[in-house]
Amino acid sequence: MAIHTLAVLVENSPGVLARVASLFSRRGYNIDSLAVGPTENPKVSRMTIVLNLEGHALDQVSAQLFKLVNVIGISEMKDSDSLKREILLVKVANTPATKEIVKKHNAVIADESPAAISIEAVGQSSAIEALLAELKPHGIRELVQSGLVALERGDKTLADRTLSTMGTANESDPNSSTADYQN
Amino acid sequence: MSKINGAQSLVNALEAAGVEVMFGIPGGAILPAYDPIFDSKIRHILVRHEQGAGHAATGYAQATGRVGVCIATSGPGATNLVTPLADAQMDSVPIVAITGQVPSAAIGTDAFQEADIRGVTMPVTKHNYLITDPADIPRAIAEAFHIASTGRPGAVLVDIAKDALQKETTFNYPKSVSLAGYNPVLEPKSEAISDAAALIAQSKKPVLYVGGGVIKADAAKELMQLAEITGAPVVTTLMARGAFPDSHKQHLGMPGMHGTVAAVTALQKADLLITLGARFDDRVTGKLSTFAPNAKIIHADIDPAEIGKNRHADVAVVGDLKNVLRALVPATKVALAKSAPDLTPWLNEVYGWRNKFPLGYDKPADGSVSPQYVIERIGKISGPDTIFAAGVGQHQMWASQFIGYEKPRTWLNSGGLGTMGYAVPAAMGAKVGAPDTTVWAIDGDGCFQMTNQELVTCALNNIPIKVAVINNESLGMVRQWQTLFYNQRYSNTDLHSKRIPDFKLLAEAMGCVGLRCERPGDVDKTIEAAMAINDRPVVVDFNVHRDAMVWPMVAAGTSNDDITVARSMAPVWDSQEL
Repeated sequence: MAIHTLAVLVENSPGVLARVASLFSRRGYNIDSLAVGPTENPKVSRMTIVLNLEGHALDQVSAQLFKLVNVIGISEMKDSDSLKREILLVKVANTPATKEIVKKHNAVIADESPAAISIEAVGQSSAIEALLAELKPHGIRELVQSGLVALERGDKTLADRTLSTMGTANESDPNSSTADYQN
Repeated sequence: MSKINGAQSLVNALEAAGVEVMFGIPGGAILPAYDPIFDSKIRHILVRHEQGAGHAATGYAQATGRVGVCIATSGPGATNLVTPLADAQMDSVPIVAITGQVPSAAIGTDAFQEADIRGVTMPVTKHNYLITDPADIPRAIAEAFHIASTGRPGAVLVDIAKDALQKETTFNYPKSVSLAGYNPVLEPKSEAISDAAALIAQSKKPVLYVGGGVIKADAAKELMQLAEITGAPVVTTLMARGAFPDSHKQHLGMPGMHGTVAAVTALQKADLLITLGARFDDRVTGKLSTFAPNAKIIHADIDPAEIGKNRHADVAVVGDLKNVLRALVPATKVALAKSAPDLTPWLNEVYGWRNKFPLGYDKPADGSVSPQYVIERIGKISGPDTIFAAGVGQHQMWASQFIGYEKPRTWLNSGGLGTMGYAVPAAMGAKVGAPDTTVWAIDGDGCFQMTNQELVTCALNNIPIKVAVINNESLGMVRQWQTLFYNQRYSNTDLHSKRIPDFKLLAEAMGCVGLRCERPGDVDKTIEAAMAINDRPVVVDFNVHRDAMVWPMVAAGTSNDDITVARSMAPVWDSQEL
């Protein structure tokens, strides 16, 4: 499995998104999705990056990312111990069949006109995909999707751990999961 | 606190950072800074091209270990710094570049001489800044020097909008720098040290694979201790020449594409590489999948991202190499006291290769001057206290091979980026940093024509460097590849530089002494004549044979096992060596 999700705490400073994007571009790492937004600390932003790392070791990607001066902490968000959500907004024809699908998937009709409904759905990638698969035969007129965001389960926070000692890329098998990069 | 403008705050900050010299050229956006520079105790050297300022800062930093500083205006001034910034970053050299930017209100409008230099240099610097508020100037300068000089050193750019230089502010230099996202690991983990020592104590065929990090960490003394307690043979990469004395009996020379047979083969046959501040660059490893196939790897580096990047490390040691070696030496002593394998068979083998396949060259049959001979004689006559700066190409490889280096920071070159034109400005910077030391630029006729204008700077500022132009009237390394791989089709490598320009006259036009040497018998006395001139820069045009080639060679993309000592000639091994 070459898909990994990284949560990255960065300083909320100008150019930081460009630095991250530039690093991934020049080292040939493929980004599937990237979501960036504010956190509980106004000086810190959080990126959730979904990576397709065919041919690259996650350790190496994390180590390169951590070299960026504005990157404060990195942690891999594993399916087993994190909440992952994406948002879907999709416009389909306003028919009893499409409305039935919305109901079945616990989605929301966020906007309705005589000819179309705009559906809002929040969920894991698999749930979003399932909803889309059912809507597809009815004709998808327009859709927009957010990048995935992820939060660790339990009482720990990524920000707490950024105060602990920094891990490094050493001593682990390149195929194993990344060490946490923290300052 | 009294009000000053941002420009004065910048100069105060540079003084507070301990800057003694900077290399630069003024222009519109940086002009406010040049007014207080006029009164500052910091020496400003007015160069002739911003690229020269950047390489001079790099040469200064490599020779002294201090941070080199260059300064330029916005737009083209700043973009002319891109090559030296990339060069310094690739070779982990601490430099800080200050650039003026158009006024903040004009940023993003395609204003006159506007270039997004922060955006442009993001991939080629360790970090960079765009400052639009004068209150941020002292902090940015303090951080820039901290980031450039600590951890794995590198290039940092501080771009300052013109209005930030003009506006009033107060000067407040931070006592210390604290960055949430930047805390280099300096102390190695004790488990890593004991694991490394244990591997060393098990190895029957160890090699110390020494990179430029040892010089950056000022750890040559500690390296010597580790070498002597282990007895392991030592190879020094292109960036590490001088980290370990060439005269030492354990030294096999340089590994890599043009390394010695002994150094290349020792890495291939080793059972353990003790890697110190080196990065498994393709020019060292050859085809990576066939590199050192039987070796376990100890990889010590200050940059965790280097570990496992190209080659898996069995033992990773993250830390400053001086600290790493200070811990590793006693740990290795203890481990070796318990069990010390007999290295004699291995040493006999590698020293046998060294004796059997020494570096050498043929004297040209036509009686013309051999370039290797010129470089070898400059090394001998000038001696091991000299600082040598090379350009990029054949002359660079010969200068690495045929000059004996005994001390760190005596060999400066552009290893990672391979920047032609590096030598003259880098030698200038080195001479400014070490004015009492003889500084030779070993340059090619191609390289020399890229940056020789800085000899004007040298002549006007009493920077008496010596330049040997190894003139084979061609882009020699490219020509060598055309000879070997392109059927001798010499497409665009003939520079005609024995005819035009006349380097002797060019040197004199720039206020230097110009000398020329065309016969082997004149080489020594020409070098001695150059050595006797200390009041002006000297340029010697050595007309050399154009078909000389750099050997040994591992062709790009091939295995180190396929090293050739001359054209189509593999080393002739004794049967038991294969």
